[in-house]
Amino acid sequence: MNALNFALAISETVMAIALAPLLLGLVDQCRAWLQNRRGAGLLQPYRTLRKLLKKDAVVAQTASPLFRASPYVQFGAMALATAIIPIFGTHSLLATSADTIALVGLFAIARVFTALAAMDIGTAFGTLGARREMMIGFLSEPALLMVFFTASLITQSTLLPNIVITMTSHELVIYPSLAFAAFAFVMVLLAENARIPIDNPSTHLELTMIHEAMVLEYSARHLALIEWATALKLLNFAAIGLALFLPWGLSAPGDGGLAIAASLLIALAKLALFCAVLALIETMSAKLRIFRAPEFLGTAFLLAVLGLLVHQLLGS
Amino acid sequence: MLKLSLASQLIHFGAALLLLTAFAMLTQRRVLSLVNLFAWQGLILSVSTAVVAYSSVQHHLYVSAALSLLLKVILLPLILRRLLKRLNVRWDNETLLSVPTTMLVGIVLVVFAFSLAQPIAELSTSIARSTLGIALAVVMLSFLMMITRRKAVSQVIGFLAMENGLFFAATSATYGMPMVVELGVALDVLVGTLILGVFFFQIREQFDSLDLQHLEQLKED
Repeated sequence: MNALNFALAISETVMAIALAPLLLGLVDQCRAWLQNRRGAGLLQPYRTLRKLLKKDAVVAQTASPLFRASPYVQFGAMALATAIIPIFGTHSLLATSADTIALVGLFAIARVFTALAAMDIGTAFGTLGARREMMIGFLSEPALLMVFFTASLITQSTLLPNIVITMTSHELVIYPSLAFAAFAFVMVLLAENARIPIDNPSTHLELTMIHEAMVLEYSARHLALIEWATALKLLNFAAIGLALFLPWGLSAPGDGGLAIAASLLIALAKLALFCAVLALIETMSAKLRIFRAPEFLGTAFLLAVLGLLVHQLLGS
Repeated sequence: MLKLSLASQLIHFGAALLLLTAFAMLTQRRVLSLVNLFAWQGLILSVSTAVVAYSSVQHHLYVSAALSLLLKVILLPLILRRLLKRLNVRWDNETLLSVPTTMLVGIVLVVFAFSLAQPIAELSTSIARSTLGIALAVVMLSFLMMITRRKAVSQVIGFLAMENGLFFAATSATYGMPMVVELGVALDVLVGTLILGVFFFQIREQFDSLDLQHLEQLKED
C-alpha cells in the first residue's frame, strides 16, 4: 500500500510537470478569445518547447558557468515546489518535508539565480531586468508570507496539506480574514508570474519588460527549461491559491481509485477555471508603470496584514 | 475555537468587505470608481443590516436596510455621477500624502480603532458586537480620505463613507438608532449632498477648479 501511494505521488508530480505548459496555453487561448482573436491553440507552449529543444544553444563568450547552471536550478526549484504543493491530493510526494515558509525560500532561490544569470553576461537589458525583478521580489515576498501566516493562524499549521485537511474537515465556515488574504494573494500571483498589471508576458522587446529582459540572452534548451520553469511557477501559484482558498475536492491519503479519479477531474476543472479568471483579469487591466509596482505590491502586503488584524479581532 | 452561527459569520464577512471597500476608496484615484466603490459599500452595508435584522428579529432594521439600499446604492451614486458628468471631473491625482503613505497611516488607524473598540464591544450584547472595531476603522479611514484629498468631490464621498461607518457602528453595537434619528440622518445626507452639489458649481465658477486649496486664500491680492 505504501509503495502504491509512493508510485501515485510520483506519477501525480510527473503529470503536473507535464501539464504545466498546457496551463500557459489555456491562459493564452482564453486571452485570445477575450480579445476577439483566434489564438495559437492550447498546445502552442509544447510546440515552442519542442522547437527550442531541437536547436543548438548559443552562449555568450563572457558567460560564466553560473549562466549555464541557472536554467537547471530554476527548473529544479520549481519542480521541487510542484512536488511539495498539493495539486491533486494532499499526499503529494514531498508534502510533509517542507512548509510554506520553505516554499517561499524555494521561489527566492529560483529568483536569485535568474537575476544572477541575467547580470552575468553584462548586457544592459539583463542588469535592468534583474534589478527590476529583485525590486518586485522584495516587495512580493513579505506579502506572500503574510498570506501564508493568515491561513496558518486559522489552521494552526504551516504545512500546506495540514491547512487543506483542517479547512475541509469541518463544516463550511466563512473566514473574513481569508477574503483579505485571497485579494492579496491574487495581487502577489500577478506580480510573481510577470502577469499584466506588473509585466507583460507576451512582449519580447520593450523597455518596460522585466522577466523577458532577464532571459534575452538564453537560447535553445536553456530557454526551453526557463519557459517550462515559468509555466511550472504559474501552476505552483495556482495550486497554492486553490489549496488555500478552494481546498475542496482534494483526495486524501488512502482514498480508493474512484476518489482519486474524481479529485483529478475536480483539480483539472479548478485549474481551468483559474486560467479563465486569470485571462479575464489580464484582459481587463492595463499594465502599470514600473514606479506604480511598489504601490500595487504595498497594497497586497497591507491587505494581507489587514487579514491578520481582522483575524485577531473576529477570529475567536 | 468558538462556533459561530451562520448569521454572525455573514455579518463578520460583510464587515470585512466594508473595511476592504474603505481601503480601496483610500487608494483609488479615479473619482468615478470612487462613486462605484461607495455604491458597493452601501450595498454591503444594507445586506449586512438585513442579516442583523433577520438574526435578531428587529423589524425596524429591515426598514433601515431598505432605506440605505435606496439612498446609498441607487439615489446618491446617481446624483454623484450626474454631478461628475456635468462638472467633468475624472481624476483626483494630487493627494496630500502619497498613496503608500496613506495606506500605512490607514493600517495604524485600523490597529488604533481595533484596540479602542475592544473594551466597548465587551459591554455590548448584540450579535454583531465584535464588528464595532471595523465600523470605527471605516469611520477613521473615511476621515483620513477627507483629510488627504484635495478635490471637493472626493471629500464629499469621504464624508458619505464616514456616515456609512457610523451607521454600521450603530447597527453592530446597539441594533441601530431609533427610527426618527435614522430617517433624519438619511434626509440630512441626501440634502447635504444636493447642497454640496450646488457648492461644487459655485466653487468651480469662482476658481475654475474644484481644488479646495484655493479656498485657503480668502483675500484677493
